[in-house]
Parts: sequence; structure tokens; C-alpha cells
Amino acid sequence: MLHADPNDPRNADIIARLDRVTDPELDESVISLGFVTAVTIDDRSIVSIGYRLPTYWCSANFAWIMAEDMRDAVLALPWVAQVRLTLDEHMFAEQINSTIADGGSFRDAFGAEADGQSLDTIRELFARKAFGRRQLALIEQLQRADWSTGRLLALTMAGLHALPWPEEVERYLDRRSLAGNDGPDAPAFVDVNGGPIDPERFGAHLSSLRTIVVNMEFNGMLCRGLLAARYNEPELPSRAPGLIDFVRSAAVEHARS
Amino acid sequence: MYKMPNGEELFVLDGHIHNWDASVENQKNVHGRQFIDCFYGYHQMSPDEYLWPREKFYHYGEKALYDDLFVSGHDDMAVVQTTNLKEFYKTGFNTIERNYELQKAHPERFITNGSFDPRDGEAGLETLAAEIEKYKLKGVKLYTGEWKGDSKGWKLTDPWCIRYLELARSMGVRNIHVHKGPTILPLNRDAFDVADVDDVATTFQDLNFIVEHCGLPRLDDFCWIATQETNVYAGLAVALPFIHKRPEYFAHILGELLFWIGEDKICYGSDYGIWSPKWLVEKFAAFELPEAVAREKGVNFTLESKRKILGLNMARLYDVDVEAKKAVFRDSREFHAADASASMAAE
Repeated sequence: MLHADPNDPRNADIIARLDRVTDPELDESVISLGFVTAVTIDDRSIVSIGYRLPTYWCSANFAWIMAEDMRDAVLALPWVAQVRLTLDEHMFAEQINSTIADGGSFRDAFGAEADGQSLDTIRELFARKAFGRRQLALIEQLQRADWSTGRLLALTMAGLHALPWPEEVERYLDRRSLAGNDGPDAPAFVDVNGGPIDPERFGAHLSSLRTIVVNMEFNGMLCRGLLAARYNEPELPSRAPGLIDFVRSAAVEHARS
Repeated sequence: MYKMPNGEELFVLDGHIHNWDASVENQKNVHGRQFIDCFYGYHQMSPDEYLWPREKFYHYGEKALYDDLFVSGHDDMAVVQTTNLKEFYKTGFNTIERNYELQKAHPERFITNGSFDPRDGEAGLETLAAEIEKYKLKGVKLYTGEWKGDSKGWKLTDPWCIRYLELARSMGVRNIHVHKGPTILPLNRDAFDVADVDDVATTFQDLNFIVEHCGLPRLDDFCWIATQETNVYAGLAVALPFIHKRPEYFAHILGELLFWIGEDKICYGSDYGIWSPKWLVEKFAAFELPEAVAREKGVNFTLESKRKILGLNMARLYDVDVEAKKAVFRDSREFHAADASASMAAE
């Protein structure tokens, strides 16, 4: 469903860049969600990217954040001259498409409707949720390897790098800095404000992370289903670590009991 | 009355149904088409044998509605919600006049809810007062994401909304169903933020706030506020249909809701015509919470939980005398025959 010339190696670079852009609400890549439909490069090194969302109504702020992140991620490739994004049928497609092509900002696109503010608050709000989701994915990974609570909470930032799951660790580190207190000797697992987690309350901490994760994964499924229905395509399987882990951990726990 | 395999009877009060007309002739613009097409996307979560062709989905009509709810379906009663959307549909999407016709034809079956839009100002207050009196309303459905002119939505905490809530309360309305649709403006905020529910629930302690779709896509935030506020309820629509294709996820959602807000505050709603009560009720009645989820959350999901969620909780909110209703519906075949002929006589 993603159209790109397989004979042009530059396409792989672009897609790899885009794969690190997430839907902030779902914390999943715009590639694995099936949002990106086409990548083309013209002879002036202008990159055109087609993308789509599960409904006509998907929030403009999230649509914008993804467009902007995609533009910036691809512009970071030294040979790219310009990025043009085309959002398919959406209530704000026109504003988003034209402003992105001009290199403009959210305020340029929406003016007063954006209340004069940037999107920083919303980015931070959802980055914090993503922090919780990624932390839980990593903790569950360690628990499956039979790490005790004491050992988990004693793990330091430096110790994280020695773990054999580079992808999960990298995803977690991408959001870990938000919480602060992230020197090499600081605990790897902290609350959202960088504070230590009380071992007595570890269960409650995990439970509150689980609530965030259940919500995000539920939304992810809803969005996949709606996208598939809208474009009459088979539903894409999720590739995000949390989603698979989530089902698996319940099954493992069940098998153990 | 849904009969469990062991013979137990469950009274089913569906807290959220629609009687919409989204036919092509009634669609006013592209938004009207996109709105119903989005619902049709949700409809695809149904089991294959319950999928409708698009034409039926756009406008199923009252006969199909009655049959899907009460004859082939397992609802005993239903709250029919009003969602005007007059910017998208020429004669409105799901208007109170059309809904009240249903209640008039089948008074034992339907509870009609009204609606208001605080952006209608003084004139809207008068209309609301007239409708509460005319239709004896006990509940309203609010759709904060509805467009009107340049406005792309509103908040429950808007000063005009407070005035509407005060008026509704003074005239005996008790139940405020809130659909947390994306209140689009201002665009730099979280469009689905549920904080305004928290605020008004604190201010209006004697009103019940039923948050449809249990706050999804902000279930996590919703659970926090619903725990703090004793008068906030979760409507199961949108969450419940996952019971078919993704029962393990539904189990987690249910586990969260049982843990945070408890079985006394979770209410069944089919969201008909998006989904049909027949399969929803059958699957929910048969559902067992996996032991891993029950243990992690420290919750139980029992026959009594099912009884409350499917009917007793909503019955309490709407003062429905369940025992009296059971007596009316006991011989449902006989009741249907009488009810159907009464409605034909009325026409």
C-alpha cells in the first residue's frame, strides 16, 4: 500500500526516516500504521509524500504534528531540496498541504483557530504517555527474563545500554529524557517527574502505566480498523513492541498460573 | 429479557441508540457524507453476518429499528438519543421529533432524550424549556464536537452551557449523556480532553454524567476523573464491540473500568444502528473475564455485574421499575404482537 520506486535506493532512506515519526496519540510509526501511501522524488530532488488518516475527522493538531515531523525528518537528509506532503481527504487537508509545502508553521496554517499558541503542550502531554508505554514494555521484557522488582529498580541509566534488547532500550531512551534525572547513575525506571519508584508501590505504578497502555493500544486498534474500512484494505498488523508484548504477557502470565 | 443458559433472566436497558436519517437525500454536504461513512467504518467491527449494506446503514427506518432492538435483538428498553447535526443533514441527523414518534408508538419501550447546544444562547434556553415540558425529558445528549457556523465545538464548562445545565436541572432533567467528540477549537489543545466533564460533575453533584464510549480515546484520563466523581458513569458503546474481533483487548478495557469505577457505574449502550443488540448482548452475557486480568486488577466479573451493566444501572438512573417492566415483557411474543398492532393502529 506504500508506493515507492524500489530501484531508487534513496527511497529506503526516506522510509527509514519516516519510520521514526510516530502518531503522537498512538506512539506508533506512521509507516507501520499504514498512513504513508506514496513517496516520489523528482529530478530536482523534491520529495513528495502522500499520507492519509483513518477518518476525515482525525484531529487537525495530530495531523499537523505528523506532517511537520515527516517534513523535518526527510529534510534532514542532505540531498533533499524540498518536501511536499499531500494529506488525503480530510477536513483540514487544504491548509495542511499548502502550509507544509511553503515551510510554514502551525500558526501559519490555522492562525487564530490555533489560539496563538504552539503545539508544544500537546506534544509534551502525549510524549509523557509514550514514556509510560515504552517504560512498561521494557519492564515487562525484563520481568519475562525473571528480573525481580529489586533488580529492576536498581538498574541504572548506564546499565540500560548493556541490555540485549537495543530496539526497546532505544525507544525508551527516546522518551526517558522527558522525566529528567537521567545521568549515568540515575535509576533507569523513574516516574514521569524523574522521581524514584517506591518498591512498595511498584504494583500500583505498573497498574497506572497499564491504563495508559490499554488506552493507547485500544486507540491504535480502532484507528487500524477504521483506516482499513475507509480504504477497503486488509487491516495491517501492529509492529509496535508494546502491542505484541501486551497480549503475550497476559498469555504467559496465564500459562504460569 | 435475555435468558442465560441456566434460565436466569437479565433485564436489558440499552442506554444509547439512534434513529438517524443519513440518506443521500438528507446529506447537506461532504461533512454529512463523511460523518456517516466514519460510522460505517465503526460498523465493520460487527460479525460478518451482522454487516449491513451501506444503503440500510444510511437510513434503516423505524420498522427495522424495532425489530433489531426488541424482536431479533435482546433489548427490553432503549434510550433514544438526539443528535441534531443540522449543519450536516438537511432535516437533522437524529432529531427529537422523530425520536418522540418512536416513544409515542411504543411507550413501554423507549425513553426519549433531548439535546441542547449552548451556542444557541437565549433562544436555545427557551426551546430547551419547551422541549423538557413537552416531552417530559429526564435526560439530554450533548455532542460537544458539533459544528455551528464558524465554531467547531464547545466545552461543558462554557458559561452558556452552565446556564443550560442549571435550567435543565431545575426542570427535572437528571442524566447528561456526553459524547466526547473532538471539540476541535482551539486547535493547539487535545481535542478529546475530558477535563470539562470533571469540572461540571463537581459543580452539578445532583446530575449524572454518562460519558459515552467511556471517554475513549482518553480512557486513561477518564478513569481518573470517574474515580473521583461519584456521579460520572461510563457508557460502553465503542468499547463493547471489540468483544467480537478482539476479546482480549475488551477484557483489558473491562478490567480497567471495573477497577477504577466499578460495576455500579458501567452502562450498556449498543449505539444502534452502528452495532446491533443481538450479538452485543449475547457475547457480553457469555463473556468471562480472563483470570490473568481479574487477578492483576483485583476485580470480579460475575452474573451480578452483567445484570447491573446490562440494565439495572441505567434503570436506576431513569427511575425504571424493573420488576414492573419484567411483568409487562414476560411473555415477549405476546407483547410484541400487541405492541406491533397498537403501533399500526396509531398510524
